[in-house]
Amino acid sequence: MFGFLTPEVGLFEQLQRLQRDMDDAFGAWTGPANIRAMAQGAWPAINVGTTAKQVDVYLFAAGLDSKKLDISIQNNTLSISGERKIEVPEADNYYLQERFSGEFRRVLTLPTDVDPNKVDATYTNGVLHITVQRSEASKPKQIQVK
Amino acid sequence: MSETKEVTTRKTGEVAKQPEVFLRPLVDVYENKTGLSLHADLPGVSNEHLNIHVDKDTLVIEGEANISMPDNMEAYYADVRATRYRRSFSLSPELETEKIDASMKDGVLSLHIPKREQFKPRKIEVRTV
Repeated sequence: MFGFLTPEVGLFEQLQRLQRDMDDAFGAWTGPANIRAMAQGAWPAINVGTTAKQVDVYLFAAGLDSKKLDISIQNNTLSISGERKIEVPEADNYYLQERFSGEFRRVLTLPTDVDPNKVDATYTNGVLHITVQRSEASKPKQIQVK
Repeated sequence: MSETKEVTTRKTGEVAKQPEVFLRPLVDVYENKTGLSLHADLPGVSNEHLNIHVDKDTLVIEGEANISMPDNMEAYYADVRATRYRRSFSLSPELETEKIDASMKDGVLSLHIPKREQFKPRKIEVRTV
């Protein structure tokens, strides 16, 4: 996603990096994979975290026009699409052109107890942060023994 | 000659440190007559956590990403598994590193490094005699 993770040099570190690349290629992430998951390397990168009360989704998408994003949620499926256009200037030489430019769409399946009516989104420093509250009924309740 | 079966010795009490792992930000680099321009994606990094420095002929871009996370958050899915960005470039001498212009917006770092005057292409006027 961001090129390779690069440990600061050293021969052993390079072997570790090779190990990590192999893990990435063959799937070291052991949690259940999103059934709608896209192949690794999709832009933008996404992180999802959960607490008892809410689910937080982070999209690492720098240089977006947040007004032109299309964020929608249906039951527990969250869909984010938009365009990140990079203006290519008239220049003599282009040496590196690694950044993603164009339309993107990412769809995620969130835990089933999220409430689609309680979604909040903010865009700061290039990270789109979406919070979805979990519905009351499914929060754990302590049961006292009389 | 003493014989030892150990490949290496480790001082007692030292714990092997995991090497620091960085994310490598993707960049666009292009050059025109006035100088070199670089744009880097550093989502999550604000101005205060950005560190750009030039050491002789090496340009180093480092940044620390901060995202607001609720307490006790558990990871559910993660494409990004580190918070620090780092990438370095070696610069050629015709670039005027003292006059680097840098700006940051929405996680995109834009750098412009002008070329020294004498290296800019110059047109030579021909006199008619």
